[in-house]
Amino acid sequence: MTAAVAITPSVESLQNTARTLRRHALRMIAEAKSGHPGGSLSSAEIVTALYFGGILRHDPANPEDPDRDRFILSKGHGVPILYAALAESGYFPVEELMTLRQVDSRLQGHPVLGTVPGIEASTGSLGQGLSIGIGHAVAGRLDGKQFHTFVVLGDGECQEGQVWEAAMAAPNFELDTLTAIVDSNRYQLDGAVEDIMSLAPIVDKFAAFGWNVLEIDGHDMGAVVAALSQARAHRGQPTCIIAHTVKGKGVTFMENDNEFHGKAPNKDQLEVALSQLAPVT
Amino acid sequence: MTDTQRGSPTARAPRTELPLGRATREAYGDALLELGKANKDIVAIDADLAKSTFSWTFGKQFPERFFNIGIQEANMVGMATGLASSGKIPFISSFASFVLGKGFDQLRMGAAYPHLGIKVIGSHGGISLGEDGVSQQSVEDVALACALPGFIVCIPADEHAMKKAVHAAAAHRGPVYLRLGRPKAHVLYKPDVEFEFGRAIQLRDGKDVTIVANGLLVAQAVMAADVLADKGIEARVLDMHTVKPIDRDALEEASQITGAFVVAEEHLHYGGLGSAVALALAEGTPAPIEFVDLGDRYAESGKPEALMLKYAMTADAIVSAAERVVDRK
Repeated sequence: MTAAVAITPSVESLQNTARTLRRHALRMIAEAKSGHPGGSLSSAEIVTALYFGGILRHDPANPEDPDRDRFILSKGHGVPILYAALAESGYFPVEELMTLRQVDSRLQGHPVLGTVPGIEASTGSLGQGLSIGIGHAVAGRLDGKQFHTFVVLGDGECQEGQVWEAAMAAPNFELDTLTAIVDSNRYQLDGAVEDIMSLAPIVDKFAAFGWNVLEIDGHDMGAVVAALSQARAHRGQPTCIIAHTVKGKGVTFMENDNEFHGKAPNKDQLEVALSQLAPVT
Repeated sequence: MTDTQRGSPTARAPRTELPLGRATREAYGDALLELGKANKDIVAIDADLAKSTFSWTFGKQFPERFFNIGIQEANMVGMATGLASSGKIPFISSFASFVLGKGFDQLRMGAAYPHLGIKVIGSHGGISLGEDGVSQQSVEDVALACALPGFIVCIPADEHAMKKAVHAAAAHRGPVYLRLGRPKAHVLYKPDVEFEFGRAIQLRDGKDVTIVANGLLVAQAVMAADVLADKGIEARVLDMHTVKPIDRDALEEASQITGAFVVAEEHLHYGGLGSAVALALAEGTPAPIEFVDLGDRYAESGKPEALMLKYAMTADAIVSAAERVVDRK
């Protein structure tokens, strides 16, 4: 059995870890001169809470452990923040982060199963991760295993029809070992989700499909950890956490500026961003 | 050459009768049940066509390992990706037109790219589905499946070959596409037929022309060979059940010995067996080829036999094509 993280770090410590992951993500994207800063930054607390907040039961030394929890980043374009978490967890060297999106790198522009350990699914064609999560959860149930599967989706991604196929199926299968987290940063490539194809009321939609729905501030580290723990403990139905987030969170000039959905910061912008994300002691 | 010119069924020669057996979809269900008894990691998903694809043969025996996902082909493929990633051997079935058509991106991302062992079962392939018409008739599935890197693409010709193919699919580590047929299929083989993906089965030997076929057209090819023999043309018949990887050795040898080919399949002209054979021959020992297929068009509703006749995918059409290609040598 995978060793659970014994001691949950303090909220302050986790907040600093989130800053570290954000700095990694922005350095990687700036080095590659390509990538998606906005959606990487909005997921930072969610990913930090999972990997460092004692939620995900995993062992970087044994990434194929059949009993490990599964994490699937369905919004694959946010992968820099995941690569940062995997490297900081010890799945691969932190130095490798700077090879993102380069030829011969294991760090592909979107997650690819079988590249670096810790990546559980190939995503990037939006809408598919929740279905894959269902498969993992069903396999775990068939094998009598206790592992939990967490899937992070974007809110724009929820416009995909397949998300609602999966949303319908998971409660039908009573998959209480599956948790969906919607990183609801309110923007998609072409603009505001609300303007392009509104998902409102998204809480009601998931609830109507049979999910246990929690609604939180996705940047309140204590709330994120608490919601993920609650989701894991909930029985009889899957849980969906609607995490209200800010695209580009943590960098003043990126916050809610959709310019940075898919544009790398230049050298000067990176300097400013890194200074805003310095560790707090 | 236009579609109406190709393979017009004018050669009115007597037919060799092969016994009619079970549909390959029925054999699929039987084989899946056998697999399920032997291996607890075999799981099956269907998208509300379980009684048509015969996955229900497995499902009623192993309800805990069978999932009717409802009419959700994309979700079905995604779920299979997760199951395969966590150590299961998922067989996912629907009509060929739906599982390939509606699940294509999911198969690309979740089966082909990560090379996962998902077994994709497309039933009711070709126009011999019949009366339901074009919306249900899959004539592009082979092209779509062949486009996916690392996929094995296979269309067995009869019930015995199908059962062997299902077992071979389970034993293979990577993704596999198997096309099943709706109508009863002529029996060509014994139950112990030697079957291996990528290895053609030679049903007739001959030196004048080679007929390469798969699925229901294999029986037509055998009948055509007998007709051709009466006309003094000795036809070699290859059951090329596996379109990808194609049996290059068998084609090479056939090209050297016969120097002319007819390719017969129940599929569009582009991207199916004909394309695969032409590609392999062009890269090896080129020879003239005539094609018996649907062309670049869709069919219509009708009885299977009436459609096969109207759209010229019959023994007669193969005979005509063989005579044409022999003239081109």
